[in-house]
Amino acid sequence: MKNSSNTIEIISGNEACAMAALAAGMRFYAGYPITPSSEIAEYLSSRLPQYGGVFIQMEDEIASIGAIIGASLTGVKAMTATSGPGFSLMQENIGYALMAEIPCVIVNVMRGGPSTGLPTLPSQGDVMQARWGTHGDHQIIALTPNSVRESYDMTIRAFNLSELYRTPVILLLDEIIGHVNEKMTIPAAEEYTIHQRPRPASTENYLPYKITPSGVPPMADFGTGLRYHVTGLAHDETGFPTNNPDKIQELLLRLDRKITQNSDDIIEVEEYLLEDAEIAFVAYGSAARSSRHTIKLLRDSGIKAGMLRLKTLWPFAEKQIAHYSGHIKTWFVPELNLGQIAHEVEWAVRGRVPVFKFNKINGEPINPNELHQFVKETLHV
Amino acid sequence: MSFRYEVRLSGEGGQGLVLAGKILAEAAAIYDNLNATQSQSYGPEARGGASRSEVIISDDDIDYPKAVNIDLLLALTQESFDRYSTDVKPGGIVIVDEEVVKQAVPGNFRLLKIPVTQLAREKAGRALVANIVALGIIAGISKIVSENALKMAIGARVPRGTEELNNKAFQIGLDEARRLIKDKIIEKPGK
Amino acid sequence: MFDYNYYLRTSKMPLIWCAGCGDGIVLKSLLRAIHKNGFTKDNVVMVSGIGCSSRLTGYVDFNTLHTTHGRAITYATGIKMARPDLKVIVVTGDGDATSIGGNHYIHAARRNIDLTVILFNNQIYGMTGGQVSPTTPRGKKASTAPFGSFENIFNISGLAIAAGAAFVARTTVANPVQVENYINKALQKKGFSVVEVMTPCPTTFGRRNKAGDGVDMLKWQKEHSVTIKNAETMDPAELNDSIITGIFVDIDKPECRAEYQKVIDQLKK
Repeated sequence: MKNSSNTIEIISGNEACAMAALAAGMRFYAGYPITPSSEIAEYLSSRLPQYGGVFIQMEDEIASIGAIIGASLTGVKAMTATSGPGFSLMQENIGYALMAEIPCVIVNVMRGGPSTGLPTLPSQGDVMQARWGTHGDHQIIALTPNSVRESYDMTIRAFNLSELYRTPVILLLDEIIGHVNEKMTIPAAEEYTIHQRPRPASTENYLPYKITPSGVPPMADFGTGLRYHVTGLAHDETGFPTNNPDKIQELLLRLDRKITQNSDDIIEVEEYLLEDAEIAFVAYGSAARSSRHTIKLLRDSGIKAGMLRLKTLWPFAEKQIAHYSGHIKTWFVPELNLGQIAHEVEWAVRGRVPVFKFNKINGEPINPNELHQFVKETLHV
Repeated sequence: MSFRYEVRLSGEGGQGLVLAGKILAEAAAIYDNLNATQSQSYGPEARGGASRSEVIISDDDIDYPKAVNIDLLLALTQESFDRYSTDVKPGGIVIVDEEVVKQAVPGNFRLLKIPVTQLAREKAGRALVANIVALGIIAGISKIVSENALKMAIGARVPRGTEELNNKAFQIGLDEARRLIKDKIIEKPGK
Repeated sequence: MFDYNYYLRTSKMPLIWCAGCGDGIVLKSLLRAIHKNGFTKDNVVMVSGIGCSSRLTGYVDFNTLHTTHGRAITYATGIKMARPDLKVIVVTGDGDATSIGGNHYIHAARRNIDLTVILFNNQIYGMTGGQVSPTTPRGKKASTAPFGSFENIFNISGLAIAAGAAFVARTTVANPVQVENYINKALQKKGFSVVEVMTPCPTTFGRRNKAGDGVDMLKWQKEHSVTIKNAETMDPAELNDSIITGIFVDIDKPECRAEYQKVIDQLKK
């Protein structure tokens, strides 16, 4: 049987993402077709009604994210998937979901930009947009899988983090990870944990934006008897708009705190051959696959190389990078952009060791042979 | 020592190269229990335009999922031959469709000129199954995947009702590979 | 017994609306119509966008959602698709629904999704200081049309009709009984229903266009309202300065969520 658990299949990152969303309990998808993400919508359009869930193709990406926020308010796990141009259109409502604390998952299968750019070719050009695309001060969670298997696992994790922290979570695939077909054993349900958003324990004195120690207020589903007001305006614990400076500050600091104080739980990195490494890559997504291949080439030629792989891109693994700087004598940051994350790495390193960036923006992946060459030339070996 | 074998299937959109790549990857990964990745690049056109599909087969984890040093290139158009033969590693195999690929490109590879599409058209009765004929040839001359695994993968992937046609096409490819080996155009593959 | 206060969040009063604004008349008519239909407060979701009329959701004791500018219908679509048992009402204005949100408005009508849209048409962007809107009549002044608007206007009801809505009606706050009746009918319709209510903005429209205060503007509405029936017999030139009122469309057609349910049910077999 296709798509049942524990079968071995060759599937793409996009398909794995769609399958995992169903496994995570996602029952509402709204989206607008865009290459290279459309396989996610196509898969779910046939599967969701079989689960009694809803699939709807909206008139554009703004409508798509509006619809998933609305659906999520009724208590259902909801997601949308898009690529650069559509991700740009979604930014305002991503801010709404942050401000009103409505869980949802936004998948961006990155293609080359700016503008219509390179519809069928890979890029990692949206990583800063994921961080700061919507206006105003805010924290965001973004995950970057580097394989089909990880697309599956991280989609489930995206839903879990979104529910636990009542916040939109962005899953950043690049076109290579979205479209590559890899061997994968579909995990059984008992192999992962599924989290649900905190819901109010009682109907007495419900405050939809209550200040709690975790920073996350319990959330009531619309239409279940607890009537409350939801707005994108600055609001107090009751959910109604306020102009009181103390209340505004309290809200914005709580939204910041609920992510920053839990960053150890949210941030995941892979430490690959770092114990004896002298040089190392900081990489994510498909660039991490290129790096891993390059590490073998470097080690074959006697250079002790390793990698700190960013599985969580935002919040940024500043502490982990700082920890290894020194032990690692030189960092290399290969990216399919002009160095968006390299600047974050430089900030984390604070000048203690050199950071070299390797960038590609022509629609081609990072060829390990080129990267190997670049590292050797940089190190003069 | 683990191995990594890289195949690139190239031509134009509509030739079924993406499907052929998926079948090859599934044969290796599901039926031969190896590891495999398959990826493609394509233009905006649904039909026509350059198309390529890559399969990496290994008995270990596959780090970089795209081709770096190609072991076997299939080129069904002159353009794809011109463009991709430089990515073939020294001593690698290049199969061209001799009906359409007329211009030679120099290189340190073993060139096999085979009328892939003509075989499909004349022996199987449909030019459409040239991709499956090509898989038969690849199976016969490389032994990177077993014949049986490919047969099962083809059966699982092709549209219902076309199994017989596709099996026939696969057999035509295998026979062609045997002829090449018999005529000493290419050596018998080792394990 | 009907009591407005039962449906209001009176602690949030006073309203932000100005003296002479017609929005309060729509609010009261809406509450009467909801009461008449017997919807429970828990089962009503009211969704609004941005603008004066969209502030309504803050004052009513339902499940209320105050969204981003122009997007109320998209959020409402998500709610309706996820929870078809809920009564979903969209409160919006001329700028919100037909300028920034125009595409959503026509696609919701095309889908014929079961939403009731109460569209407050005050022909101006009131909250932000009186900028020109897609329904500001040609020649009328606005803070961004100091010499009078030089553009043609949207016929909001006509747009919904053309796009496929199941129920479309227009009236004015000068006729509150009709506002209530039309909203009542719209709430009963299984499908996309629109009630366009002309409502005066004395502060930013009346003042600039020498239309007088709220009372003067109501009088103007009353004098310039023409029923569909009467309009049919009149010369189009005579109607230039008129508000045509009445029910334009009231039909039954396949509804989006119900059609989707058929797909789900079919797959269960």
